[in-house]
Amino acid sequence: MTGYQITFYLISAFVLSMGILSVTTRKIFRSAIWLLFSLMGIAGLYFWMDVQFIAAVQIVVYVGGIVVLIIFSIFLTQQSGKEMEKAPLGRTIFGALAVLFGFAFTYFLIQQYDFTATGKLFDSDVARIGNAMLNTEQGGYSLPFEVVSILLLAAMIGCIVIALKIKPTEK
Amino acid sequence: MSEVPLSHILFVSTALFFTGMYGLFTRRNLITMLMSIELMLNSVNINFVAFNKYLYPEKLDGIFFTIFIITIAAAEAAVAIAIIINLYRSHHSIDVEDATEMKY
Repeated sequence: MTGYQITFYLISAFVLSMGILSVTTRKIFRSAIWLLFSLMGIAGLYFWMDVQFIAAVQIVVYVGGIVVLIIFSIFLTQQSGKEMEKAPLGRTIFGALAVLFGFAFTYFLIQQYDFTATGKLFDSDVARIGNAMLNTEQGGYSLPFEVVSILLLAAMIGCIVIALKIKPTEK
Repeated sequence: MSEVPLSHILFVSTALFFTGMYGLFTRRNLITMLMSIELMLNSVNINFVAFNKYLYPEKLDGIFFTIFIITIAAAEAAVAIAIIINLYRSHHSIDVEDATEMKY
């Protein structure tokens, strides 16, 4: 086993254990912190796969944006020290069974299929990504880029409108 | 380069996806359900990058799908949290069992 492989298995174990802790802990604030660690582990996985740009985007958007937003909303909507009530036993058992069956089925299908890696070197240079993102010709991504930016603008305006407090006089 | 087979990476992402699904099945709090959805979206992103790296190293489509998924996840989380805060204002609870006016 080389150091390259050992790094992968260590990061994977970290990501999975943090993910499982995040969905099973009963304190909501701890759940958010476990989720933060899991997302950082996934960024580490991207670094391991040699896509530094995606890893940077993952850290900036997920760790710096979404998790902070989730923590703010936890502070706004509940007492963070309070434990959430336990899920009923029936729901836990059926959820675990459904998940185990789904996992076994999916992984069985993955194992059946023979993926042959090409072995060529993967070039994910940021200059290449940037050129493709603003390329208007065949294989370029400039239209989805613009569409996504309009979607983001619409979502931001929508959030402000939804969360705006209506004054009592206007009711 | 590819000392770790692709199926091991797919194992990690599948396990992460079903972890998120377990959270979605068992939790009844809107914020924790949102966190489970984030886990599921992340597992899909790992798949896209891994397929791009191992099977089509000369293309960049997987990376672009990942970037767009991250963008849409950010928009979705922002809208969801605005709705959650509004729901908390009117119901004083963010449990899905308490918001059943539109159920039937």
